Amino acid sequence: MKYLKTYPEKCIGCMTCVDVCSNLYFKEVTPEKSCIEVYDEGDGNFGLSVCNQCQTCVAECHTLALTINKFGTVMLSKNLCIGCYACVAVCPTDNMRTYLEGLVPFKCIACGACARECPADALEIVTED
Amino acid sequence: MKYDIEKLKSKHKMLKEFEYELKPLDKGYSDRTLYINLSSNEIKEKPVPEEMKEKFIGGKGYGLRLLWDAVNKDTKWDSEENEINIAIGPIGGITNYAGAGKSLVTSISPTTGIPIDSNVGGHFGPYFKFSGFDALEIQGKSENDIIIYINGNEGKIQIFEAPDEETNSHILAEQMTDMFADNEKERQHISTVSAGRGSDHVWIGCLNFSYYDKRRKGLRLKQAGRGGIGTVFRNKKLKAIVVKYSGLKGDTNNPVDQKTIQEKGLKFHKEMITLDDKQCQMRTVGTAHLMEIMNDYDLLPVKNFKFGNHEDSYKIDSSVWTKLMTQGVPDGCWYGCTMSCAHAVDNFIPKTGPYKGEKVLVDGPEYETAAGCGANTAIFDPHAILEMNFYCDTYGLDTISFGTLTAFLMECYEIGVLNKERTGGLDLEWGNWEAALEMLHQMATGEGFGVTAGKGIKFMKKYFVEEFGADPQFINDIGFEGKGLEQSQYQSKESLAQQGGFYMTNKGPQHDEAWLIFMDMVNNQIPTFEDKAEALHYFPMFRTWFGLQGLCKLPWNDVEPENNAETDEPAKVPEHVQNYLDIYEAVTGKSLNKEEMIRQSERVYNFQRVFNLKMGHGKRIDDHPPYRAMGPLTVEEYDSRQERYDTQMKELINIDPEGKTSEEKVKIHREWREDRYEKLLDAVYKRRGWTKDGIPKIEHLKAIGMDLPELIDTVKDHQ
Repeated sequence: MKYLKTYPEKCIGCMTCVDVCSNLYFKEVTPEKSCIEVYDEGDGNFGLSVCNQCQTCVAECHTLALTINKFGTVMLSKNLCIGCYACVAVCPTDNMRTYLEGLVPFKCIACGACARECPADALEIVTED
Repeated sequence: MKYDIEKLKSKHKMLKEFEYELKPLDKGYSDRTLYINLSSNEIKEKPVPEEMKEKFIGGKGYGLRLLWDAVNKDTKWDSEENEINIAIGPIGGITNYAGAGKSLVTSISPTTGIPIDSNVGGHFGPYFKFSGFDALEIQGKSENDIIIYINGNEGKIQIFEAPDEETNSHILAEQMTDMFADNEKERQHISTVSAGRGSDHVWIGCLNFSYYDKRRKGLRLKQAGRGGIGTVFRNKKLKAIVVKYSGLKGDTNNPVDQKTIQEKGLKFHKEMITLDDKQCQMRTVGTAHLMEIMNDYDLLPVKNFKFGNHEDSYKIDSSVWTKLMTQGVPDGCWYGCTMSCAHAVDNFIPKTGPYKGEKVLVDGPEYETAAGCGANTAIFDPHAILEMNFYCDTYGLDTISFGTLTAFLMECYEIGVLNKERTGGLDLEWGNWEAALEMLHQMATGEGFGVTAGKGIKFMKKYFVEEFGADPQFINDIGFEGKGLEQSQYQSKESLAQQGGFYMTNKGPQHDEAWLIFMDMVNNQIPTFEDKAEALHYFPMFRTWFGLQGLCKLPWNDVEPENNAETDEPAKVPEHVQNYLDIYEAVTGKSLNKEEMIRQSERVYNFQRVFNLKMGHGKRIDDHPPYRAMGPLTVEEYDSRQERYDTQMKELINIDPEGKTSEEKVKIHREWREDRYEKLLDAVYKRRGWTKDGIPKIEHLKAIGMDLPELIDTVKDHQ
């Protein structure tokens, strides 16, 4: 299974990953449209939240808009999605994301763009069985 | 594939083609309806007048409004002018909130002679609405079997003769999907309405609304079960109504505030996912979770409602169904329903009938089917129940009516009104599932005693009295029908409010208007007549509202927010009511409060009551239960709960049971129970603004804004 592994203890809270992600998929720089969330835990510590590809959402999808690709990553087909948000509700880590005007949710597909740009090596694409 | 689609198509004869302008919906409405006359093959659009939109809202309101205008006081179910109307309301078709895909079907019923309304899931309603119409109105009769095809992608409608397509629904729905889907991807964009061979011959016909289950790669069927609409459908020579619509998105209703719908829906989804296991297990086993609850509370109908539980009920309890139903698949009958209660048993192999030995899918069983075809007939065999479920569905027969009437017949057999000679050889002993299935197959072939049975209990009561010399009073006391509709599967003996909840209903004793047993019997929350009357005002009105909107009632209270018990009125589930008010405003742009919500329903509810009057019913005399629904009818029933009934006699009737025979005590109970039912009628009619004879008062119709000339004209001589 290919997923974005996080090392929050290394995170410096620079938000580069958020900017890269939202810019890549939405052509906007905004945390609302980023698949990864960075949150301030105080005392200079940061938390990172992103899809761990657990696949719980896949079983909930009525339209088979959510599928698992050959790397074990959960992919969302915007064409098949009818925007019911059942997957959003069932996600155990709240990483099936939505934004204000959006009809369909979005999620991390472990593309690695954020990891490549992270100045603190707090993100890494890994493949595990 | 056992059929050749091209061969089937080659026999089609086009009768009419019609094109219409596609246009997006506006805040949940298209403001036009589609009229099709099968006698003349006329097809036309009808604009929705502003008054109709304001007072009838949509769904069942629209269906009843159109039906009223189509029929006259002498119209029978098989009259040419009778209609089948299918409508989904303004909220219907949203994908974010659970239970938002219900179609409401209305017609003059074969068994009741008054309007019936039946709600059903499946994809037809939303797809039809998104094809551009708020309601489908079908009048007239064709000479030969026909199919109506509505292509909502292209704005085209066709009526064509279809002689060779199958009639039974599980095959026909598959044929229609094969025929009209251009590719695999399009299969999910097709939905079919159909009946079955049973609907050809008997009066308890139902309609099946299909949807394509992408995970199973097969067709699923949901039923508009009640009141014989399938029979009307086949009488019109309709084989199928098919819709194709491919444009579904989260905002196809064009609501004014998509975000609120998403937020409310998401919050509800999370309640479902986190609380359902602790509450009703709808996601696991659906309404069949009720089996052991009803048994434990003495509410499960056993042997034609004689008893409320049975030692063998564990054989058909929810644990059995959980194992049989395929788990782990989203089983919503419309997209986005996380309540997901439309479970199915895959790879079922019937032991009897035309599909014996084949692998089929059984949609269900729901509680009503398991209780009615199971406990009520003393059939505690899961396989037999599944087989009745499957055949009822594909033959287009209502499982509730079939269960209740079979229970009635088995008791008639027990007391000697029926015997093998009179049943044509059917040995209708309690629990004889083979005889029950044989009778079911007779309904589909149109042969044998099944044809008489399939005309329903109201018909049979008269027939058995006239032909077999049955005691009219006893046969009335054990025949569980009201207004001609067979009762659904709950014991109401110990809940006066539920007796009213069943038998004061507009269409007949169906639990979708009011389910008050726990409030009344278990929790004693509505002790006085006035309390019960208030409940029998509020809940039927509140539940009617779902039918105006295209919504399912189950997500309202089959899961409740964690803090619901701490609210002022937990029985009403205030947070969910607020969700509905917010969603209504988010879709339509019109603000709505709790009072106006009830008022919306009250208008349609009173309209339906007056409609009953127009058809020669709708009076106090029509609102009475068979006695067994009110109390212990026989010594056998009394003695089975002697302590309970003796205590009631002492404490509630103020008569000492000591020294009295069971016969005497049965009589005393009966007088007391019948008297308090009359008092309940008085209290409820008063609360509803009706006369002592159950007729809406003119001043009440004025007060709720329903003083329409045709209503005033109908009620004015009954004030």
